[in-house]
Amino acid sequence: MMKKGFLLALTFIMLLSTALVGCNSNSDSGDGDGDNKEQALVFGRGGDSVALDPAIVTDGESFKVIKNLYDTLVEYGEQDTEINPSLAEDWKVSDDGLTYTFMLREGVKFHNGEEFNAEAVVKNFERWMTSGDSGKFAYYASMFGGFKGDEGHVIKSVEAKDDMTVVFTLNRPQAPFLKNLAMTPFSIAAPGEWDKLETEPVGTGPFKFVDWKRNDRITLEKNENYWKEGLPKLDKVIFRAIPDNSNRLNALKTGEIHLMDGVNPSDVEEIKQNEDLQAFFRPSMNVGYLGFNTEMEPFNDKKVRQALNHAVDKESLIKAFYEGQAEPAKNPMPPVIAGYNEEIDAYPFDLEKAKQLLAEAGYPDGFKTELWAMPVPRPYMPDGKKAAEAIAANFEKIGVEAEIVSYEWGTYLEKAQKGEAPMFLLGWTGDNGDADNFLYTLLDKDTIGSNNYSRFSNDELHKILVEAQSTPDQDKRAELYKEAQVILHEEAPWVPLVHSEPALAGVKTIEGFKPHPTGSDKLTNVSFK
Amino acid sequence: MLIPVLIGMSLIVFFLIRAIPGDPAQIILGQQASEEAVAQLRDTLGLDEPWYVQYFIYMKDLLTGDLGNSIRTHAPISEEIWPYFAATLELSMFAMIIAVVIGVNAGIISAWFQNSWFDYVAMLGALIGVSMPIFWLGLMEQWAFAVEWRLFPTSGRESILNPVESITNLYVIDTIIQGRFDQLQMVLRHLTLPGVALATIPMAIIARMTRSSMLEVMRSDYIRTARAKGLRMFWVVYKHSLKNAFIPVLTVIGLQMGLLLGGAILTETIFSWPGIGRYIYDAIGFRDYPVIQSGILVIALVFVTINLLVDLLYAAIDPRIKYQ
Repeated sequence: MMKKGFLLALTFIMLLSTALVGCNSNSDSGDGDGDNKEQALVFGRGGDSVALDPAIVTDGESFKVIKNLYDTLVEYGEQDTEINPSLAEDWKVSDDGLTYTFMLREGVKFHNGEEFNAEAVVKNFERWMTSGDSGKFAYYASMFGGFKGDEGHVIKSVEAKDDMTVVFTLNRPQAPFLKNLAMTPFSIAAPGEWDKLETEPVGTGPFKFVDWKRNDRITLEKNENYWKEGLPKLDKVIFRAIPDNSNRLNALKTGEIHLMDGVNPSDVEEIKQNEDLQAFFRPSMNVGYLGFNTEMEPFNDKKVRQALNHAVDKESLIKAFYEGQAEPAKNPMPPVIAGYNEEIDAYPFDLEKAKQLLAEAGYPDGFKTELWAMPVPRPYMPDGKKAAEAIAANFEKIGVEAEIVSYEWGTYLEKAQKGEAPMFLLGWTGDNGDADNFLYTLLDKDTIGSNNYSRFSNDELHKILVEAQSTPDQDKRAELYKEAQVILHEEAPWVPLVHSEPALAGVKTIEGFKPHPTGSDKLTNVSFK
Repeated sequence: MLIPVLIGMSLIVFFLIRAIPGDPAQIILGQQASEEAVAQLRDTLGLDEPWYVQYFIYMKDLLTGDLGNSIRTHAPISEEIWPYFAATLELSMFAMIIAVVIGVNAGIISAWFQNSWFDYVAMLGALIGVSMPIFWLGLMEQWAFAVEWRLFPTSGRESILNPVESITNLYVIDTIIQGRFDQLQMVLRHLTLPGVALATIPMAIIARMTRSSMLEVMRSDYIRTARAKGLRMFWVVYKHSLKNAFIPVLTVIGLQMGLLLGGAILTETIFSWPGIGRYIYDAIGFRDYPVIQSGILVIALVFVTINLLVDLLYAAIDPRIKYQ
């Protein structure tokens, strides 16, 4: 008897000790859900920021925070990439497109109390222009054609005409100039704080920096002196890094976070049905595509590329892997971009036609090749490997045997960039909402070796794209881009697959959140009910 | 012993990570970057130097206690690494305590009541424990204990709106020092789910090891004598048997502790625990060479130290084991 009693007692103690650790009131679980007297929003995301100096970072996670700390001279619309006043109240552009005069907003202060003025703008641009360091100021170099003294540099000078007027003089007209200025990397920071900006940012934005626990969270608080009357509505914003998508959704359900991006498409239905949650969709500014290495046989033959265009069933892909949250693509850029060519007819899914074209190209029995699939989910491609399998299955029906190949992400990009991939899945999210940032960046012969992974080279296209870059007349530009898309459709260096609308989720009580197509959101208007 | 192991380790890690394809400069600048930008950054980072030159520079810095700077954040690693390391240390210690307390006791009871229902249940549990994927276990824990029953938070080290003021970065100790027992409870609740997930495998291994080791000892003559003399059973188990059965168990504990420290990556990812596993994992994604090599070196150092401690403990438990 005693033996059994001892056994039971020990079992009991063990159970108790495990239970004790967890046993306590569950009333206060769901950290910080509370009644939100202090309006504090916790934003859950997949990774931490790299740094908080707008000019030196290139990653989306950094921009998400930066966008709330700083302002740019001009800003994008609430959910589009139209240009609106911000730190500059008004501007004038000379007829030749070479002089931009900005009238700055009065009474704006940096978070450290310093006045915002023309001098501050000049100093920011001087910092970037004169550095000559394209490793450090990568975005500056790529958007404005290098640095002071470089042949292609766009900006000749930036001068303060008076306290509140800044004049930009350009070396050559740059059509997307204003759109570029609205990009987060060109946020205006407090002069003289350059060295500290990486970890102690000082801007004019709606929120002020409080602290940063690396790999964990960044805390911001309301900027009481923000120049937009009565804004921001939140008292505090905390960006938390929770790497795993399912885990992040769990944290949202328990109220540990209030808003999250990076929702698995397969979870959207569940979110919609959960009465405590709501789903948001980011307007698409991306394209997911299947690229061909146009320098490699047999993809150097236009007919082969067209044949494969006929052999991809985009609708089923969207149904299977995007849960419907995407639209089929027919051009290399999404329809929200000015200059999108509506009139192009997508290659219909037609295996017979595909076979016929292959036969004409001299491959009646098809061929063997590799199809590269990206190893990581991207907004434009939630599951590269599965999408590749589906596409390969279709290709097999026309005799094209594609072996699926994948590498770790960094390696994948590097190898694809060097032209080692015959066929590959990739995509692009626009930087500034301009057609140039899609067509020139991804498909012009100048960008072979960088973003032109197809290594597509076409002189006619090049002529059009370069002309469009320096045409200030927006209607004329749009026409040029439409022409460019006709060539791209005919030459078919890609199979444009989809423009996806990445999903976000939040608790029901959130109001005023409008996801921005650029992928980083200003939370100025967000509040809790 | 310690120094050659660490030098060997540093060499292996140094060259292995450089064998991973992928250029840090390219990865840092991303898809958006131009060729010149990448070339320039490579130059700034000193990545154009031959491997052996880079290694000697690294070793020279290391000797002066300089672990180098992170490529990604530019911050000195020696300053940056402690909070991550502390987070992992706390989690592993917590997990180890759970694993040892439950594992050892379950092993003892199973041995003592060999072939009882408890024995069967415990050993079946141990079998499931060693074969359970941590990832799956973690998500199940979250689903049940955090989402459905709201007993524990799903992730992180602390409540975000009630953060701990860190002194040592070991939050359990910090909250005790500050007398913030409400926060201590909060910290323990955050520790529980990842702690249990992390403890599962070592717990199972320790339980099995203890059981077999105890069985062996209990068959020995002196225990039979002790039992025959009618000594209290508790005394027999915990004084006479365990002391002798504990040496192999201690080896296992030492090994598992090292594994926990280095192998917490999955747990840290699922529970977004800002520990060293994730620190290194993220660094691998960014090809942040200095962070990877220094991070692994620090773990290796701890591993070697733990093994040394285990060896010393042997001698303390059993004086027959002595080192020259």
